Amino acid sequence: MMGRPPNYLELSLFSVMWSEHCGYKNSRPLLRRFPNEGARVMQGPGENAGVVEVGDGWALAFKMESHNHPSAVEPYEGAATGVGGIIRDILAMGARPVALLNSLRFGPLDEERNRYLFREVVRGIGGYGNAVGVPTVGGEVEFARSYSGNPLVNAMCVGLIRVEDLMSARATGDGNLVVLLGSKTGRDGIHGATFASDELTEESESKRSNVQVGDPFAEKMLIECCLKLLEKDLLGSLQDLGAAGITSSASEMAASGGVGIDIEVEKIPRRETGMEPWEVMISESQERMLAIVEPDRAEEALKLAERYGIGGTVVGRVAGHGDLRVRENGEVVGTVPADYLADAPVYEREVVRPSYLDEVVELDLETLPQPEDYNAVLLTLLAHPNLCSRRSIYTQYDHQVGTDTVVLPGADAAVMRIKGTQLGFAVTTDGRGRHCYLDPRGGGAATVAEAYRNLSCVGAEPVAVTDCLNFGSPEKPDGYYGLSECIEGMSEACEVFGTPVVSGNVSLYNETDRGAIYPTPTVGMVGVFEDVSRHATPAFKRAGDVVVVIGSGSGVSLAGSDYLEIIHGRVAGEPSAPDLAAGKKASDLVREMVQTGLVDTAHDISGGGEIVAVAEMALAGDLGIEYPEGELERMTEGQGHGRSDAALFGEQSGGFVVAVPEDRWDDLQDALSGFAYDRIGNTGGDRFKIGGLIDVSLNEMRAAYERNLSETPTVAEAGG
Amino acid sequence: MRIGVTVFPGSNCDRDALHAVELMGADAVELWHGDADLKDVDAVIVPGGFSYGDYLRPGAIARFAEVMAPLEDFARSGGPVLGVCNGFQVLTEAHLLPGALLRNISTKFICDRVRVRVESVETPWTAGCEVGEELTLPVAHNEGNYFADAATLARLEDEERVVLRYLENPNGSANDIAGVCSEGRNVVGIMPHPERVSDPALGSDAGLRILRSVLVGAGV
Repeated sequence: MMGRPPNYLELSLFSVMWSEHCGYKNSRPLLRRFPNEGARVMQGPGENAGVVEVGDGWALAFKMESHNHPSAVEPYEGAATGVGGIIRDILAMGARPVALLNSLRFGPLDEERNRYLFREVVRGIGGYGNAVGVPTVGGEVEFARSYSGNPLVNAMCVGLIRVEDLMSARATGDGNLVVLLGSKTGRDGIHGATFASDELTEESESKRSNVQVGDPFAEKMLIECCLKLLEKDLLGSLQDLGAAGITSSASEMAASGGVGIDIEVEKIPRRETGMEPWEVMISESQERMLAIVEPDRAEEALKLAERYGIGGTVVGRVAGHGDLRVRENGEVVGTVPADYLADAPVYEREVVRPSYLDEVVELDLETLPQPEDYNAVLLTLLAHPNLCSRRSIYTQYDHQVGTDTVVLPGADAAVMRIKGTQLGFAVTTDGRGRHCYLDPRGGGAATVAEAYRNLSCVGAEPVAVTDCLNFGSPEKPDGYYGLSECIEGMSEACEVFGTPVVSGNVSLYNETDRGAIYPTPTVGMVGVFEDVSRHATPAFKRAGDVVVVIGSGSGVSLAGSDYLEIIHGRVAGEPSAPDLAAGKKASDLVREMVQTGLVDTAHDISGGGEIVAVAEMALAGDLGIEYPEGELERMTEGQGHGRSDAALFGEQSGGFVVAVPEDRWDDLQDALSGFAYDRIGNTGGDRFKIGGLIDVSLNEMRAAYERNLSETPTVAEAGG
Repeated sequence: MRIGVTVFPGSNCDRDALHAVELMGADAVELWHGDADLKDVDAVIVPGGFSYGDYLRPGAIARFAEVMAPLEDFARSGGPVLGVCNGFQVLTEAHLLPGALLRNISTKFICDRVRVRVESVETPWTAGCEVGEELTLPVAHNEGNYFADAATLARLEDEERVVLRYLENPNGSANDIAGVCSEGRNVVGIMPHPERVSDPALGSDAGLRILRSVLVGAGV
């Protein structure tokens, strides 16, 4: 296409742009499977973030992105710049960033390195998010051996925007100016994108210089400045500088606008001397944005940037030639067709079912001894890092700045209001790595189903999805199979639920010399409220409330459960396939009951099964519960298929617990007609009692559950 | 009543404070750090955030901003000034309030709800409260650990200049101090964020007990 061999600078441009991180060369054919259209969708994949309409002229821009590799070698800065990067994606759409979430995965805390990574990632997220003034309102974290040395750090941001103010990153208008806003350019993060598209080895430690360094103060000023520039209508289009720096921003803006861009590389402000043009072009220095500005508005735009104390420099022009041309003092030092750069080659690979799957699905329950002390089992589960309270994490994040946080962290989803309206939105992030490892397709579907349930529990109407696809090397059959099957399962679920995928990101090559991570797609789902005052939380609210479990329990199983892993040390079995249609029906019912005001207490049944779900509600509300006589036996016969441990701790994709005052019991029964449900008792007292098997005080449960995850666990607790 | 809210580079509770001022029924006025002009306001809130990135020390650079000169004159002539969180830090750096705010004893940022007791109502920002009244207010800070030398602490206690006191000390503050006032009692600094609980839609408007106090003094 170029008709000649590329020079060193051009080669550098290709090297970053055709990396998996930027070019999606392994994943692109598979990503086409995702549904991405829906009634509320204003912007699907292809821009910096997806956008959905809320109502009253408001829209939400949102996206999730991974920063796994940088966080593996430099956890504080890796996590911090992950947050900074996703905020700029939202800003590029013209939206004010209003909420942050994150999905995190680490190896077990019994390894010093994992403790370090966990502690520093959490500190990095807080260090950046707290200072930049966007609340971190939700997220999730899990620990499993497969993530040892290869943590997952997926950050999500949601922004609020008026429908008519939506921006695009499309460059237009021959002769319009290209303006670089924000920090100066240094050597940090050179080849970050290529580094992120390789496996992690011992050598990776030496690639610390590939990791960018964040400055949340500069980002805060960049946000306020860009929003003011947009308010004054001074920008034609806007794009953030992320992976591959100016190269990626400029070539993508040019390619999507069908134009070319000339960059005058000597004009780009630097913070280091002696930088070569290729270094400047692919530097991943943070807190920078690229804007297209009409020439007669440039002076006002640059003056405004000065008022905010950030750099604003004209560094190039839009041109009709369709190339990304790099000039140094007038002389062309590199020319590449922009669309060629933005359109990496695609590898279609064969999908081969890996043999490990035949082994791990084997689970003979006969060999599994039933516990002698169920109280101890419950307390062990509640204290496990995968199930215990996340309080010690989220109290390190400012989750209230902006004064829009309606439901604080710790619930099924974050609930936010839109000031000056009755409207609101809810957001959740979910991932089910172990499930996807045991059954990639079922796990992919269950991940989406869990997000759908979480939003339904708080009362929001789920609208659309963003995702991060975290997988091992696509060049190995296991990795590619997981990727392909998870996408299939997620797509099926998104179709049934009517929640299209509007943005996302792919992170492959998550492997160390200890092997690949669990296939771990994480999903960020956004839902909307017409009246945000009608929402529910998990906490029991009044003594005497009737507590009801919704769901037949027919799919409850110990296969792939937390109980099986934490108590018996096994990751095995084939989790029952999620019944998507039934799951949607039950979720929609719960949401309707919350929206009509019938229910204000709801929680979905997830890790640890029914008993852990009910225990969490009891702890959150500081109210106990006693299951009625005979209930344990009924459960054991029913969903336990003869085993009490399966009945109490078995899991399935589906199931809710709700509570209502006794005088609404009749209304609740009416609402539930046609659904399987089970009244499991009334709230009250300070103990948690189930038949003759479980009888513990809330204080004992709280002591187990409310642990500080930053403290070194004892060996007995490490597990997982 | 016109209430000004200062905006430094890196302030991030300025918009929240402006919104809270509207909720308390006063006119909200933005005071840009680079303008040496208080725009004829009747009271000033110095909001929370990370002014100048908290570089050097929280509040250390902000105190030299242009807007601080007229603000200091205003404070010294008895005008009501409330510093919240980073604003409290700015006011101690400017020596409008005694003491300093050190790093939390946990060495971690803390975002939580804490219970405080109103210790003095002899300030424009607590005049609408009652002595001994307990409020649950949000905190969000990395440096909220109030420190002053023994003589200063004794004097603060003696002159009843401790305005808010933690019932459960979240950060290691001396004498559980959550807020103090100046000698003239018109300048108040507190670590908790009243503007975050000024709207029943978010579950509590306990913060208006503090913010609306300034209207009491003005006879509104």
